[in-house]
Amino acid sequence: MTSEASAWTAAWRLLPEYVSEHVVLSACALALGLLISLPLTVLAVRCPRVRWPVLAFASVIQTIPSLALLALFYPLLLALSALTQKLWGTSFSALGFLPSLLALTLYSMLPIIRNGVTAIVNLPAPIVEAARGVGMTDAQRLWRIELPLATPMLMAGVRTAAVWVIGAATLSTPVGQTSLGNYIFSGLQVENWVSVLFGCLAAALLALIVDQLLGLIESGTARRSPLRIVLGVSILVVGFAFAALPRIGGSATAYVIGAKNFSEQYILADLIAQRLGQAGHASTQKTGLGSVIAFRALSRDELDVYVDYSGTLWANVMRRTDTPAREVVLKELTVWLEREHGIALLGSLGFENAYALAMRRDRAEALGIRTIDDLARQAGALQMGSDLEFFERPEWQALQTAYGLTFAGRRQFQPTFMYKAVRDGEVDVISAFSSDGRIAADNLIVLEDPRQAILPYDAVVLLSPRRAKDPALHHALASLIGAVDIESMREANLEVDREVGKIPPAEAATRLDSRLRNATLSP
Amino acid sequence: MITLNGVTKSFDGGTAFAVRNVSFEVPAGAFVAIVGGSGSGKTTTLKTINRLIDADSGSIAIEGTPIQAIEPHALRRRIGYVFQGIGLFPHMNVAANIGITPQLLGWRTEEIRARTIELLDLVDLPREFATRMPSELSGGQRQRVGVARALAARPSIMLMDEPFGALDPLTRDALGVNYRRLHDRMKLTTLMVTHDVLEAVLLADRILVMRAGEIAADGPPRELLNDHPDIEVRTLMDMPRRQSTRVQSLLENGATHR
Ligand SMILES: Nc1ncnc2c1ncn2[C@@H]1O[C@H](COP(=O)(O)OP(=O)(O)OP(=O)(O)O)[C@@H](O)[C@H]1O
Ligand SMILES: [Mg+2]
Repeated sequence: MTSEASAWTAAWRLLPEYVSEHVVLSACALALGLLISLPLTVLAVRCPRVRWPVLAFASVIQTIPSLALLALFYPLLLALSALTQKLWGTSFSALGFLPSLLALTLYSMLPIIRNGVTAIVNLPAPIVEAARGVGMTDAQRLWRIELPLATPMLMAGVRTAAVWVIGAATLSTPVGQTSLGNYIFSGLQVENWVSVLFGCLAAALLALIVDQLLGLIESGTARRSPLRIVLGVSILVVGFAFAALPRIGGSATAYVIGAKNFSEQYILADLIAQRLGQAGHASTQKTGLGSVIAFRALSRDELDVYVDYSGTLWANVMRRTDTPAREVVLKELTVWLEREHGIALLGSLGFENAYALAMRRDRAEALGIRTIDDLARQAGALQMGSDLEFFERPEWQALQTAYGLTFAGRRQFQPTFMYKAVRDGEVDVISAFSSDGRIAADNLIVLEDPRQAILPYDAVVLLSPRRAKDPALHHALASLIGAVDIESMREANLEVDREVGKIPPAEAATRLDSRLRNATLSP
Repeated sequence: MITLNGVTKSFDGGTAFAVRNVSFEVPAGAFVAIVGGSGSGKTTTLKTINRLIDADSGSIAIEGTPIQAIEPHALRRRIGYVFQGIGLFPHMNVAANIGITPQLLGWRTEEIRARTIELLDLVDLPREFATRMPSELSGGQRQRVGVARALAARPSIMLMDEPFGALDPLTRDALGVNYRRLHDRMKLTTLMVTHDVLEAVLLADRILVMRAGEIAADGPPRELLNDHPDIEVRTLMDMPRRQSTRVQSLLENGATHR
């Protein structure tokens, strides 16, 4: 099978789940949006004084980039959830469905309100006056005259809102809500363009179908053709039920596996899913999460298991600034996570994915750079490239304090593009990851760290407080502890990251799985 | 009975007056016509009576009860109103338009259906029109539906703003006579605005002439037709006679004196 063909089949397999999540999220957001927008529309129509503020509010929301709107709801809900925990002793999940729903709901409001207000305010005056003249109350006029006559235009607004919501729902992946955006985000991450294309096409097709059906209803209301309305509504309802079906039944007991937003994490999540599957346990995945979001979600039982790195937890979560030996880090971390969060650190997978400074071999040799000390002396003339979070991280600060690095320029990239940049000579040094398959493949060298400024980054399996003592989980994953060597991981990463002949993470995980089994069988 | 006392209305806060200090009474069973130039305040006067417009000052009473004491929608259900702009509901068919006030009042469906047929006959529209939409009617047909809608809930008071304006002269005359008969039979109280002095003279018991928001003349047709002291009122009321003289001279001399 060619790699493209296997990418297509991999994408197909995920379609029912992704479409289901996408449809349910979009439909709920649209329904909620309609539920909020209609009273606001009536309010804006009846009280000219609040009309402007309402429309302005809806317009302002529209100007916020949808990704930012989605991202903003996570901390907001987190704070709210903490508040309800304090007040009533119950909290709710701030990850995934809820923030996505709220952001998309807000997003859907403008076209509905604007069309509704415009339609009602501009109704012919004689008709409105006649409605009063025949003895209708305000409410009767609204229900019998104004809303029916405004319906076609209102429906046009709903149509616009639906297309926007379905499009914007693809952006809910980073806050932990599965959607067709998973194709796009994971595809971008591992440069699987088939997956990206698949996600875009699926979302566009979905939007198109819904738009056409709502259009049928819209024309039905305009021409007063009940047939069109009934037809449109029933197809929508049946479609929704059909899409929502896979969600109902089963997934409640499934383990939720998390993954941050880079290839290794996708592969490891799939590897864990496969091991769980072999032990007969269902699982779902929340992938493409931000680093901080993933840990918070785990500590709040919104994820059951994911792989993090000891150094990341040490510096970002424990907020430690010292750099002890790796065994010390692991031991203290395990105790601390258990004590502070009830999280179980199941163990280290067996490889390190440390931050490292890497250069092209030829360039480094030409400049005579082998260690970060060598680099520091020439940094003033060099360009540094990093991923999106490196410069914010304590590792960078540690490096600066230890070596006093000052570069001629600094640029940030998606990890995949960062490797391109160093290969093409756009930047001289990058913040690489030691487990990255591209280090060997691109002929890069990792600079030595004689002052031990950078922390150890053992890949560790974390279990949520709720699952910390789950025997099934422990049993199913025990075989992974200490089993993943750096070469195997690099190879798996490369299979997903390389330009030609790349394979989807799930397939790389399968290959990794069988490699690990062979290794244990033949010592 | 409709009673207006010193009714005044300004749309611009008191600079210009649409209606100024208007007082008159329409006794129960009377048929009163309002005539007057465009913009003289006829429509405004009519609308103050069923509270489509609230007067700035003065008092209005229906059967002796001040209209402020009655809920606007209840008041309006008691009074038939024919709009100058007709204002049929475009998303409802003719029957639903005619039956709207009875429906609001909670009549039974069969009652409403029977009443609709009765009214279609009365305004001389074929019964099949019941299921037509307003957009499928001519201007004159729409106007007749408007009259039927106002009559539907058997109001005792009718306010009619140019009810026959868009009709051909034959239909207009026939419908006017029909309505007058209905008025007498049902003992209605009618206040009708019209541009047509002849119509007012032939149908009404009494005529109000409005000018610039005020009542310029008030009396039975015979009285106003005979040398009214106000020159403008005289010119207006003389109109039908002058026109018939011109028609007469056309017949006799083959030319009109223009
Ligand atoms: N809603 C309104 N806002 C502002 N001015 C108004 C309004 N309605 C009527 N007017 C003004 O009040 C005056 C009287 O209007 P009205 O409609 O009562 O005249 P009318 O006698 O019915 O005229 P026509 O014979 O043309 O129907 C006019 O000068 C008109 O411009
Ligand atoms: Mg008028």
